[in-house]
Amino acid sequence: MERLEVQQGEVLAVLGPSGSGKSVLLRTLNLLERPSGGTVRFYGQDVTGLEGRERTAVTRRMAMVFQDPLLFHGTVAGNVAYGLKVRKVAAEERAGRVANMLAGVGLGDRSGAYVQSLSGGEAQRVAVARALVIEPEVLLLDEPFANLDAPTRHTLQEETRDILRDRGMTAVFVTHDQDEASRMGDRILVLHDGSIAQEGGAREIFYRPATEFVARFVGMSNLYEGLVEACEEGLARVSVQGRGLFAVAEIDCGEKVKVGIRPEDVTLVPADEVDRPTSSMNSFTGKVTDVEARGPVARVTVACPFPLVAAITTRSLDELEIAGGAEIGVRFKATALVVFGEAE
Amino acid sequence: MITIGQFWHALWLSLVVSGLATVISALIGIPLGTLLSEFDFRGKGAVLTVVHTFMALPPVVVGVFTFLIIMRSGPLGSIGIVYTPAAMVLVQVILAAPIVTGFTHASLQVVDPRLGLAARSLGATRMQAVLVKMREARPGLIAAIIAGFGRVIAEVGAVTIVGGAISSQTDTLTTLVVKLTRQGQPGLSLLVGAVLLFIALIVNIFLTRLQADRGKRKVQERVTGYVS
Repeated sequence: MERLEVQQGEVLAVLGPSGSGKSVLLRTLNLLERPSGGTVRFYGQDVTGLEGRERTAVTRRMAMVFQDPLLFHGTVAGNVAYGLKVRKVAAEERAGRVANMLAGVGLGDRSGAYVQSLSGGEAQRVAVARALVIEPEVLLLDEPFANLDAPTRHTLQEETRDILRDRGMTAVFVTHDQDEASRMGDRILVLHDGSIAQEGGAREIFYRPATEFVARFVGMSNLYEGLVEACEEGLARVSVQGRGLFAVAEIDCGEKVKVGIRPEDVTLVPADEVDRPTSSMNSFTGKVTDVEARGPVARVTVACPFPLVAAITTRSLDELEIAGGAEIGVRFKATALVVFGEAE
Repeated sequence: MITIGQFWHALWLSLVVSGLATVISALIGIPLGTLLSEFDFRGKGAVLTVVHTFMALPPVVVGVFTFLIIMRSGPLGSIGIVYTPAAMVLVQVILAAPIVTGFTHASLQVVDPRLGLAARSLGATRMQAVLVKMREARPGLIAAIIAGFGRVIAEVGAVTIVGGAISSQTDTLTTLVVKLTRQGQPGLSLLVGAVLLFIALIVNIFLTRLQADRGKRKVQERVTGYVS
């Protein structure tokens, strides 16, 4: 049976596409939903399927923030006070904590405002404050910033992360955005079809994806099938469509494998410079088949003969004078080529 | 001939009977409507159908049916409430309670169910979460009470049958209107009708004020215990 564990004081980011079971997982942890199998343990105690007073006693040690603010009709202060009110915190203490919390999230002057008058960012800030004011032992966040514009999202991510770290709060942060997962999580868990596809640090997930699904999901868009031709001392040569690629991997000769490389790990150089000495063990030329400039980053597809996508800055694109049909040098390190699993 | 004393008595009785019936209907209908909206149980669909059908009960039919039960030789004849205001309250509760129930159910249905989830995730018990949703549905709940009161204050058939429209005893403003019209006094009849309308106006102004947002000051005072 699969096991998900969150350590005290840790922020676990749960990354996965829509329908992978992220929200259900959070609602199960919050005892809002009863699992059809398995158990939920809180500080080692089995809390699965608790009801009534016992359930409330456990859920009162947690709080959850949803994708939508889901604010109650009334004022900002009224919303933030809610969790304290149901916990029967005395009015005086409640007022103080609400005021402190609101000041802490930069909404000190909006305390008496009606929630209808808030912007999307402010509303979500209130939702976060409403959960944090309780000082929960575990904070559960269900894609809380997914509906916000990019600048607001980044600000809120930073603020929330700082608060979580400062207070050493245990949190589970669900998201479908890899950047957000790496920004928020001390550790990332990738969910696929309700199962754990991979668990680890951001580097591990992004650069050593365990499965093809994880690789694709975290943006490793260059994926090929290959045959291991040679392998010694941890360096393997994998043949992909006739071209030998070097990878740092312990793997048996003759094995069919999948290999992947992130577009950001591919460097482009002028074709006549490709033979110059370099630390990149993979160095060859190919023909540019497609150039897609998107804002500051451009994606260049090179036929090697397999289509290899390189992500470079638009500035480099201009400096290299890259155009369709041109011959270009391609380089990447043996450590950048990831060998994972067997090809099907 | 109708005296001014009879008029005042009818006015007073209308207010007491319909007011009491509305309060009792709210006490039955709001919890029942909430139960139907927030909890699942067997036979819920059937109960809802009955409630919705009862919302359209013809008052005279309810009047006759209730009369047959409470008349002296009826099954509940021994309690002796026939031709008394108590019977009138009873019949009005039968008419108004389904309306309050139906409206309560409908207005809770349109509240975002995730608000209940949000409340529970913040530590609310199931009941507290239901209260949050009821607070969100407040305008609808007050509309339910207005509709219930509207039905009974304007009603004439059922109260005539079970109350008997006895002068200075069980006459209400509506039965008085009927009497005055029959006695060939359409002018006075219209005047009483206008009083009836005026009552509806006052009650609705009062309830609509409840429906609107309470002052900012008050809300803040209530939730945080202080005013900044």
